[in-house]
Amino acid sequence: MDLVTILDIAIGGLLMGGIYALLAMGLSLQYGVARVLNIAHGEFIMLGAFATYTLYTAFGINPLLTLAIVGPIIFIIGFLLHRTLFTRLRISSPSPGAFESRSLLATFGILFIIQNLALIGWGANLRAYSYLNFGVNLGGAIFTANRLVSLGFAIGIGLAFYIFLVRTRMGKAIRAAAQDPATASLMGVNINRVLAICFGLGAVMAGFAGTLLSMRVPINPAMGMNYTIIAIIVIVLGGLGSIPGSFIGGFILGIIGTVVTYIEPSLSLAAYYFIFMLLLLVRPKGILGK
Amino acid sequence: MDITALTSRRFLVPGLITLTVLATLPLYGSLYTVILITTILMYIILAVSWVIFSGPTGYMSLASAAFFGVGIYTAAVLMPNTGQLLPLPVVVAIAGLISGLLAVLVGALTLRLRGIYFAIFTFGLVEIIKQVLLYWEFEVTHTRGRFVVLVDNDTVFYIMLGIFVALMLTVYFIRRSKFGLALQSIGENEEAAAHTGINVTMVKVITFGISAIFMGAAGAIMATRWTYIDPYIAFNPLFSFMPVLMAIFGGMGQLYGPVIGAAIFAYLQETLQTTFPYYYMLIFGIVLVVAILYLPNGIVGLIQKLIQRWRKGGSAEQNANT
Amino acid sequence: MQILEGEGVTKYFGGLAAVSKVDFHVDQGEIAGLIGPNGAGKTTLFNLISAALVPKPGTIRFKGEKITGLKPHKICRLGLARTFQEVKIFSNMTVLENVLLGSLFGCSTGMSSADASREAEELLEFVGLSAVRTTPAKDLTLVNQKRIEVARALATKPELLMLDELMAGLNPAEVAQAMELVTRIRDKGITIFMIEHVMKAIMSVCDRIMVLHHGEKIAEGTPQEIAISKKVVEVYLGE
Ligand SMILES: Nc1ncnc2c1ncn2[C@@H]1O[C@H](COP(=O)(O)OP(=O)(O)OP(=O)(O)O)[C@@H](O)[C@H]1O
Ligand SMILES: [Mg+2]
Repeated sequence: MDLVTILDIAIGGLLMGGIYALLAMGLSLQYGVARVLNIAHGEFIMLGAFATYTLYTAFGINPLLTLAIVGPIIFIIGFLLHRTLFTRLRISSPSPGAFESRSLLATFGILFIIQNLALIGWGANLRAYSYLNFGVNLGGAIFTANRLVSLGFAIGIGLAFYIFLVRTRMGKAIRAAAQDPATASLMGVNINRVLAICFGLGAVMAGFAGTLLSMRVPINPAMGMNYTIIAIIVIVLGGLGSIPGSFIGGFILGIIGTVVTYIEPSLSLAAYYFIFMLLLLVRPKGILGK
Repeated sequence: MDITALTSRRFLVPGLITLTVLATLPLYGSLYTVILITTILMYIILAVSWVIFSGPTGYMSLASAAFFGVGIYTAAVLMPNTGQLLPLPVVVAIAGLISGLLAVLVGALTLRLRGIYFAIFTFGLVEIIKQVLLYWEFEVTHTRGRFVVLVDNDTVFYIMLGIFVALMLTVYFIRRSKFGLALQSIGENEEAAAHTGINVTMVKVITFGISAIFMGAAGAIMATRWTYIDPYIAFNPLFSFMPVLMAIFGGMGQLYGPVIGAAIFAYLQETLQTTFPYYYMLIFGIVLVVAILYLPNGIVGLIQKLIQRWRKGGSAEQNANT
Repeated sequence: MQILEGEGVTKYFGGLAAVSKVDFHVDQGEIAGLIGPNGAGKTTLFNLISAALVPKPGTIRFKGEKITGLKPHKICRLGLARTFQEVKIFSNMTVLENVLLGSLFGCSTGMSSADASREAEELLEFVGLSAVRTTPAKDLTLVNQKRIEVARALATKPELLMLDELMAGLNPAEVAQAMELVTRIRDKGITIFMIEHVMKAIMSVCDRIMVLHHGEKIAEGTPQEIAISKKVVEVYLGE
């Protein structure tokens, strides 16, 4: 294995990992704080991807600029979904465990609703567009510009979000709610609002990941499930509910995936599962969990 | 879960009548009816098998598709259209056993995972088996899907009915046995059960295994209906979610809840699926969300509540009259 | 003879030593008491003995054999039964079924169903619950639910019975009945190890008492010795 190959794998892994990290951070926010293991996470990715695709191909809006449109729309969808559905479920569930299973099943229903609405609206065909689709030479290994740009955006969004969590009042309220919802609400945090915001933000991250993905892979309405699965693997890898854990876990999985793909392309999903199930058995708290 | 109701005499006569009606179905029913009832029976088997384990233990298993799929694949391997290796009932039995063994193995490894971890793990199980099979077919056997021998619809129907009856009898005998009492006590309070001398891990693993046997058997017979099998068809995660949904929709408080839930859903699916595939799945999603939100005790719970209210209302009226 | 003995039994929860290097023993045929302020580690010690938790480090021997590392159901079948501070009954099952489970699963020697039923009925008589045998356990009062737990534990034919705050939450008349029940159990030849906050009860029924404080054993002796021990008085008055 020569240096260029190693570089190829390493950067390729980072490029994949950036998207995974973004995906997983969103899911981690939804599960870690709002306690909803959102099986429909991938559908928000798909929505983001299709929104960008439509805005670019029909109206000629720059794909990167669509982030500014996709973000608010998906946030509102996610926020309202939580305010109407999950808040009610949370209040009516006899125990936190019951809420977790019921909300998981509810998100499965949402998956079907979104996916089939998309199928009705956009049809089942694969769609793609070409944007920043030229090669960039990095030390001998060649990557398309859109992949590099999407990595940059993924990292940027991740960092911006982290600063939001650590620096702002809302960020602090979110962290308090993640630690202990009961105490947080005693301390004057409007818990239902905070949880809905978390769910909305989680959906936005998925939407952003979808926008970035649409620049580099063909999309279709059924694309979501694989990404949901990857996001679940990453958040288990990083420790359920840990946001920095999912950020780092995303990169780790991206690199593992690229290595396996290099060795045996048809096994990469199987390898993800294998790592994931092994991890669940050996270290269910995740590699970064305490 | 209270499954006492099934064991009472009250259900013996209606049960026997239903069985007779079903057993003679091919004599008077149309081909379409026979096929429809076969599918409904399949979903009832999946839902009831799921409830046998997940009801009392509280573990949310999403492994049903794995056990069902293993059954399908066993049939695909043992009964290729190029030449059936074993008679159909034997294949069904073997498929059930393989699924049961897989469940025992998986259960022994994973039952210490609780809550959402168990759900995720079992969901992953379906996917990993699918991925490994895909790799195997692609790289080793160089096959892209398999064809299964064609079996006539009446035979498929009778075998499915047989599996269903066997399942109901199993539930009945478990319920009346020492083992069933232990299983129920684990559902009530696992810690107390362990300190009362019950080997809780073993009881759970065995129950998981029993539930998988029926899923595997149902899968094997369904394979002959579908005739073309590949890993995507066999290991469709929908078969993990459907039983859960049907059980919740029907209501898990009583054993006939999942039966009713499965029957309604399977009927809707069969009638809507071919005509409006997207709308069907859309409706499916909406029903799922609504059922979880508004029917925490399922249809059976709703009906019981309505009956109670009606009775109360009735007696109040009487009081007012006197 | 010592039926139960522990050596250096320790359990940490995070950084907190709930039980710390405790050596203890229970003699065959006695009623041994375990007292200490709230959070002293008494229940944790019971959990360690009954294998709900595993000591780290430390060894526990029952009838001379090491039982650390065994599963709870194994320990129960060896003849070591317990009750719980917060009652843990099978709520939706009948009183009789609750007890029947003990005789069906808790004995090392397998029992026929008929024998098990007879045994369970006798024990219900013994604890005074025969009248409510077909009632769902959840419909009983606290004191009767505690009696179910005792009967269920006895149904496993224990040689040592551990009672975790049997008398907490009972009125004076019920406490008197419970004390009488405890001595009747001992008269059957069953050794008893009991946690109790009701001082009057523990002082009058126990042969020997151990005192835990912050996870450590700080005193041990006859009720008279404990009553005048300066250390113990300090711990209780210092609350
Ligand atoms: N599962 C657990 N995880 C973490 N800490 C625990 C756990 N169980 C007990 N503790 C802690 O260990 C200490 C001892 O608790 P324990 O229940 O043994 O006390 P106790 O002597 O039985 O008190 P009480 O008289 O109130 O019943 C307490 O500080 C308690 O908070
Ligand atoms: Mg205690």
